[in-house]
Amino acid sequence: MKTLLRVILALVVIGLIALVAFIYVPVQTTQPTTQLAADHKPAAGAGEYMMRASDCMACHTSEGGEPFAGGRAIESPMGTIWATNITPDKEDGIGNYTLDDFRAALYDGIRKDGAHLYPAMPYENYRKLNEEDVVALYDYFMNEVKPVSNKVEETKLSFPFNLRFGLRAWNWVALGDAGFKPVEGEDEQFNRGAYLVEGAAHCAACHSPRNLIMAQDGTDQTSEAFLSGGEIDGYTAPDLRGPRSAPQQWTVEQTAAYLATGRNAHSTATGEMMLVVRDSLQYLTDEDNMAIAAYVKKIGNGGQDQAAAEPAANQTAPAADQKAEVTETEKMLTDASPDMPLGPRLYLDNCGGCHFVNGKGAPEIFPELDNNSLVTASSSKGLLSVILHGAELPSTRNRPMKVRMQAYADRLNDEEVAALATFLRSAWHNNAPAVSAADVEAVRGNAH
Amino acid sequence: MARTEKKKDVVIVGLGWTGSILGMELAQEGLEIVALERGHDQNTVPEFQYPNMIDELKYGVRLGLMQKPRNSTVTIRRSLDEAALPYRSLGSFLPGNGVGGAGTHWNGLNWRPMLSEYRLRSYVEERWGAGIIPEDMQIQDYPVTYDELEPFFDRFEHVAGISGTAGNIKGQIMEGGNPFESPRARAYPMPAMPTTYDGAKFGEVTKAMGYHPFPRPGGIASQAYVNEYGMQMGPCNHCGFCERYGCYNYSKSSPQTAILDALKRKPNFEYRTKSEVLRIEMAPDGKTATGVTYFDENTEEEVFQPADLVILAAYQLHNVHLMLLSGIGQPYDPVTGEGVTGRNYAYQMNGGYTMFFKDEVFNPFVGTGANGMSIDDFGIDNIDFGQEGFIGGSYISSGQSNGQPIRNMPLPSGTPAWGADWKKAVGDWYGHVMSIGSHGSHMSYRTNYLDLDPTYKDRHGRPLMRMTFNWKDNDIRMTQFMKSKIEPIAKALNPTVMQAGFKQAGAMYDVRPYQTTHNVGGSVMGADPKTSAVNRYLQAWDKHNIFVMGAGAFPQNTQYNPTGMVGGLAYWAAHAIRTDYLRNPRPLV
Repeated sequence: MKTLLRVILALVVIGLIALVAFIYVPVQTTQPTTQLAADHKPAAGAGEYMMRASDCMACHTSEGGEPFAGGRAIESPMGTIWATNITPDKEDGIGNYTLDDFRAALYDGIRKDGAHLYPAMPYENYRKLNEEDVVALYDYFMNEVKPVSNKVEETKLSFPFNLRFGLRAWNWVALGDAGFKPVEGEDEQFNRGAYLVEGAAHCAACHSPRNLIMAQDGTDQTSEAFLSGGEIDGYTAPDLRGPRSAPQQWTVEQTAAYLATGRNAHSTATGEMMLVVRDSLQYLTDEDNMAIAAYVKKIGNGGQDQAAAEPAANQTAPAADQKAEVTETEKMLTDASPDMPLGPRLYLDNCGGCHFVNGKGAPEIFPELDNNSLVTASSSKGLLSVILHGAELPSTRNRPMKVRMQAYADRLNDEEVAALATFLRSAWHNNAPAVSAADVEAVRGNAH
Repeated sequence: MARTEKKKDVVIVGLGWTGSILGMELAQEGLEIVALERGHDQNTVPEFQYPNMIDELKYGVRLGLMQKPRNSTVTIRRSLDEAALPYRSLGSFLPGNGVGGAGTHWNGLNWRPMLSEYRLRSYVEERWGAGIIPEDMQIQDYPVTYDELEPFFDRFEHVAGISGTAGNIKGQIMEGGNPFESPRARAYPMPAMPTTYDGAKFGEVTKAMGYHPFPRPGGIASQAYVNEYGMQMGPCNHCGFCERYGCYNYSKSSPQTAILDALKRKPNFEYRTKSEVLRIEMAPDGKTATGVTYFDENTEEEVFQPADLVILAAYQLHNVHLMLLSGIGQPYDPVTGEGVTGRNYAYQMNGGYTMFFKDEVFNPFVGTGANGMSIDDFGIDNIDFGQEGFIGGSYISSGQSNGQPIRNMPLPSGTPAWGADWKKAVGDWYGHVMSIGSHGSHMSYRTNYLDLDPTYKDRHGRPLMRMTFNWKDNDIRMTQFMKSKIEPIAKALNPTVMQAGFKQAGAMYDVRPYQTTHNVGGSVMGADPKTSAVNRYLQAWDKHNIFVMGAGAFPQNTQYNPTGMVGGLAYWAAHAIRTDYLRNPRPLV
């Protein structure tokens, strides 16, 4: 009995020591993945370019605030996370960070004081950055960004998420190796695309589902779930790999155009993706957007459907459109019988002028609603938000026009929007569940 | 003076078509530019959005997008011995207001003048002798040739996004287009819009009569379009709300769809709305401008905006008014014939037949501002002036633009204007009507001109501009000739009832009914500083850092809607400024 007690006591003591160690022993931060020459200097503009590719500004700048001075609220299921000040201000920002400190934040999610960052900071992805880009980013933030004195509110999540040290265990499970390893046998474009998608652009942060511990379910293409669709703030981030997904239906050029301008022959970017185009992707070179598009296309998991999907991508040519099959929906809208249900009637009165009876819209300006991932998303929030609050394309270098879809919140009540959205989700080739007036009401007061 | 703004390289007065074009072109030179717009800012969404914009009462009748006479108007008289009175209620012409200007509320019709129109006086003198030119007619040549302008027409058409069928590409006549058009370097950027039933009927009957029908070219998108600035249009849905409205569908060519968002990205460009320019300020020696003074409605004070280059890009009437107020060019005197500013104001001579068909249905709610088929067989190049006894020509068209019920309910003459019989007539005839219209040239005359009014002042205390204008026999003979040519076409269509509307001998100018917002001249371009206010690059003869855009440059009006020429001239002038003037600012001629 005594022996047993002793063993238990010993275990408790070891456990306590382990717990104290877990909480207080500093985490070993990841070392550089390659040793750069002592006199290595990043090329002019390289740091700013990586900042754009990594979309740092979007989260670390508050509405109308100084760039990178933090203070933006990022809502999470655990509570509000306040983006930090990453200007080189020595008091409030990262002015005292060494390169190693900076790398630790990107790779390991560790602050200079040793505290863990919440993974709203996508270090799961940033840890794929190579050392050249880490140095370029560091150089940019230290030398090109204006220091701003701006004390940001401390993030205070609810128990137990307020215990940041818990993330140490999370990191053991969630984080893979640092650095990016090119896939052998794939060409340079594929690997450039993979590097950007998996790393800086952190596409998986939204487009991959989360696993049981809320980590990204796969951070590269070897995982089936990688980029198979996720959720952000209640909105669906669509699947990018399945045979019906947009990048698999579109040509590589069309996907690249969408990334660079927020619009292409089929669709336009809305919601979070519009912000990604506005703040990040439009600044990438055409080659990089092509690489991203080519990589995503290549990792499609459509199997044999892949070949079948090819011709669909060419259906943007007007001639092909005219020959396309006439759907039942198109027939109904063309006949415009007075006893049509409310949904299609509202479509004719409000939507058909731009999106047309065939739901095909017009290239680069009026998105297709037939087989549109926003329309058929498992969460109807995105569709309802666009109908109620409208949408605006960002002004980009190649397509400067802020094409706006107007808001219909003033014109349609909840029942009408529900009828319209339900119609859209089942019109043409779409096949998604109905929407209720309660769903609409939830989005109405919440302009996104 | 309450405020002086930081000096700019360029100040642009007015942010419509020409202000946007000059802004974009000069911004590409890296110049610091400010555009001053007297009206409000406006965008497709929210200002033009559906269904608010398609409100016929608010915009079609109460003219929501137009200037308010209480803020800005002219006085009008018909002869030198009448006392001019203020144009207190908009009727005959409708100057726009706000960003985009008339470019937001036009119909979209886009043409290039016919070959003879660039050198009209020489053409007439060579063919028939100066003797056929009436004594008081002051027609003159453009100081620039069609060949010189062609690349700039082309540029404008591709920026604006024009749908049409080319009729003459580099001298080769193209099937289905206008065989009489001036040769173009390439096709229109978009194929022609489909035409409505009335246009199709007109096309069939005129073809059978040996004429050459073609779809009317216009800035209405027949498909999705992207221009050289990356700006975009979406295909039109034929709702018919073009003229007097902003397009809610991104389908009508306008500064908003063609230029402005691209221009607003330029860090060296800014624009200020509610900023009405009052006058252009001059250097002590009077040889150059130093900037402009404007009234800032936001702070209710006068502001001086210094600049090295002044671009007048307001509506024709306002450009001429500013020139008269600021001493740019000697004011024209109709008695002595001396002076240039205000000289050769001209208008447009239009007419038409309306045909009622008991058994035909035209679906009038389908249409666009540029819809329809036209013939140019009676265009100015195709008429023997010596034989017919007038100088001029018209294009003739049919194509409904809308079926808006308040303004577009033509009924047979003699129908009561209210009551049971009116209701019955509406029931009988709405949707059973088509029309054929002629759109004709208008010459310039000694006594049709613009100057400052001796009596009336505007809200800023400036004299109003006075328009002295009346119809003249030459143009009435022209329109009567068109009547004689349209009548057989109308008859061939075999309507139940038909009625004519053409000006007749002795017609006096009536400012009440809408006619056209094609006011031209007054800041005429020419080769001779004695008869023109600006040179061939639209540069003021007497103040080299002032350039004057717009239809004021037309020495007389062409037979076409002016926008194509206005856009072409703007690109032509911008090119001269960019490639020559900026390097060495001086009189270019």
